[in-house]
Amino acid sequence: MIKKLSIIALTALALSTGGAMAAGGEGHVHDTAFSFEGPFGKFDQNQLQRGLQIYTEVCSACHGLRYVPLRALGDPGGPELAEDQVRAYAAQTFTVYDPELDEDVPAKPVDHFPMSGDPNAPDLSLMAKARAGFHGPYGTGLNQLFRGMGGPEYIVSILTGYTGEEKEEAGTTYYENTAFPGGWIAMAPPLYGEDVEFADGHSNELHHEAEDIASFLMWTAEPKMMARKQAGFIGVLMLTLLTVLLYLTNKAIWAPHKHKEDHTS
Amino acid sequence: MSGIPHDHYEPKTGAEKWLHKRLPVVGLLYDTLMIPTPKNLNWWWIWGIVLAYCLVHMIVTGIVLVMHYTPHVDMAFASIEHIMRDVRGGHMIRYLHMNGASLFFFAVYIHIFRGLFYGSYKAPREVTWIVGMLIFLLMMATGFMGYVLPWGQMSFWGATVITGLFGAIPWIGEPIQTWLLGGPAVDNATLNRFFSLHYLLPFVIAALVIVHIWAFHTTGNNNPTGVDVRKTSKEEAEKDTLPFWPYFVIKDLFALALILAIFWAIVGFMPNFLGHPDNYIEANPLVTPSHIVPEWYFLPFYAILRAFTADVWVVMFANWISFGVIDAKFFGVLAMFGAIIVMVLVPWLDTSRVRSGRFRPMFKWWFYLLVIDFVVLMWAGAMPAEPPYSTISLIGATYWFAYFLVILPILGIIEKPTAAPATIEEDFEAHYGTKATPAE
Repeated sequence: MIKKLSIIALTALALSTGGAMAAGGEGHVHDTAFSFEGPFGKFDQNQLQRGLQIYTEVCSACHGLRYVPLRALGDPGGPELAEDQVRAYAAQTFTVYDPELDEDVPAKPVDHFPMSGDPNAPDLSLMAKARAGFHGPYGTGLNQLFRGMGGPEYIVSILTGYTGEEKEEAGTTYYENTAFPGGWIAMAPPLYGEDVEFADGHSNELHHEAEDIASFLMWTAEPKMMARKQAGFIGVLMLTLLTVLLYLTNKAIWAPHKHKEDHTS
Repeated sequence: MSGIPHDHYEPKTGAEKWLHKRLPVVGLLYDTLMIPTPKNLNWWWIWGIVLAYCLVHMIVTGIVLVMHYTPHVDMAFASIEHIMRDVRGGHMIRYLHMNGASLFFFAVYIHIFRGLFYGSYKAPREVTWIVGMLIFLLMMATGFMGYVLPWGQMSFWGATVITGLFGAIPWIGEPIQTWLLGGPAVDNATLNRFFSLHYLLPFVIAALVIVHIWAFHTTGNNNPTGVDVRKTSKEEAEKDTLPFWPYFVIKDLFALALILAIFWAIVGFMPNFLGHPDNYIEANPLVTPSHIVPEWYFLPFYAILRAFTADVWVVMFANWISFGVIDAKFFGVLAMFGAIIVMVLVPWLDTSRVRSGRFRPMFKWWFYLLVIDFVVLMWAGAMPAEPPYSTISLIGATYWFAYFLVILPILGIIEKPTAAPATIEEDFEAHYGTKATPAE
């Protein structure tokens, strides 16, 4: 009879939690299959590098990545640029102010990506974790349990969700977007397709570009994802093993006191 | 320590005798670990160990996080990102701490509902229950303040809303709120004192946990039948009990390992599922999030807080009879704290002398309804404060109070309990066979 309780108790968590995220998501976010989804999913290194290229050539005009150190580009589980590539990328792409020389000097790997150049443009370091899709059903958050939080999917949906309609309000132009809550976003469409040329010859259609940048932003938000999943996998394995051993120990020490089991086994 | 007759520690070697005369610490540990425990305890009794583990888990991960965290409004958010990116293993420590809070509350809710079903709060365990409720209150305070520390949007606005509740107290509310915050609004002073208290309170909890354990080691554990252990002789007591070590330690550790395997999967594969995306945006006093939602473990009480709006007749009545001193906001605050106070008072609200819900045919169903009510409130707390959710919250909140204030007192009088087994031994043997056929 009290088994009913366990079902209630277990679903309580799932039912309520995601509910916290239920609010505010009027926009439509469509599912995208990313390589890094699920317990075994990994970042696609080439995709991260393409995403970096899109960020550098397009997004960085307005948006910063203030929490991301440039050296992270060479870290395992990321775009994994070679050390000299990181150095060259930092020096050629960004400058930082040196107070001793009182001038801007080329950035070094120890420096961070810059802050947003446009004060209205939010920093993108954590954007893939600061947004979510797949709310529901009925505010339960169960969708997120199966499809993921939907942060990178939200980014893809925004980038591909422009309808082409515009309106002006109080001197600001708004662009209609099917994924943005409220339907009108202040950011002009940043990508149209064929905005960048990839060295590896990968398709630069709009939805490919959108997936690449979303993937890259997932990495900037969660650079240790692969290490985390590995730790998770090892932890679950060890604890499962421990569970089995303790189960057998428990069964053995209780056996002399549980006589019915002696008869049936 | 225990009222149940059992063997006590006897120092044997010279060194043991020497120490025992000066500090009987080994004897204390022995008596604590070897306490006679009802042998029919079921799996609902494992959550105590899980909770003890959670406290240690939170303190250990928390102490490491403090080594890298900066409690300042300009640096707190960045220092969390520093932990997530630059500190070796920092991302795991942080996720373990963050999700550890969820495991802690998940466990405490099951632990509390177990106590409610099996009547663990009834005489002679009222003190255990009240100390437990104090621990629960401190956990909520600690959890709330901990959530403010990352200084994200939900941290800031959650703190603003919850400390604002104190402002609803008539006349003295606003000075109290200012005193709590250390200023007119949530700011650096607030962050620093929350940090200080977030570090302090877990140790207060640890002390109360010792008192909690001391109290039920004095009375002995309750058990699924609610029938007392026979205490007239050691021989009789031994028919009803088994020593805590190794029987229950191993059983509990097995359950703990299983729960941790699941917990570890959540930390490793979906560490942000239980969190709110807005907390990855740095706190901004100028931008209010469209929906301010507390962490999941506060939602039932948050729903009760919001359920009593100005158009509810009890609120109107309270307003009228208090000459307008009690407005809807203050009523909500009273209801929220009242929802916990009725739980504290349950040892005296429940008039039935039968402890276990197993032998209370009517109580059982009201109890299941309470569990469903709790889940519904949790869900309603996450939804916007508008119909139909506000109505659902109101019904849920009403049932919560009705259960403790009306149903439990009446049930004890009108209900006819079914027959409980005479002894724990009898219950155990009904499940596992009698000793008449010894093994082998």
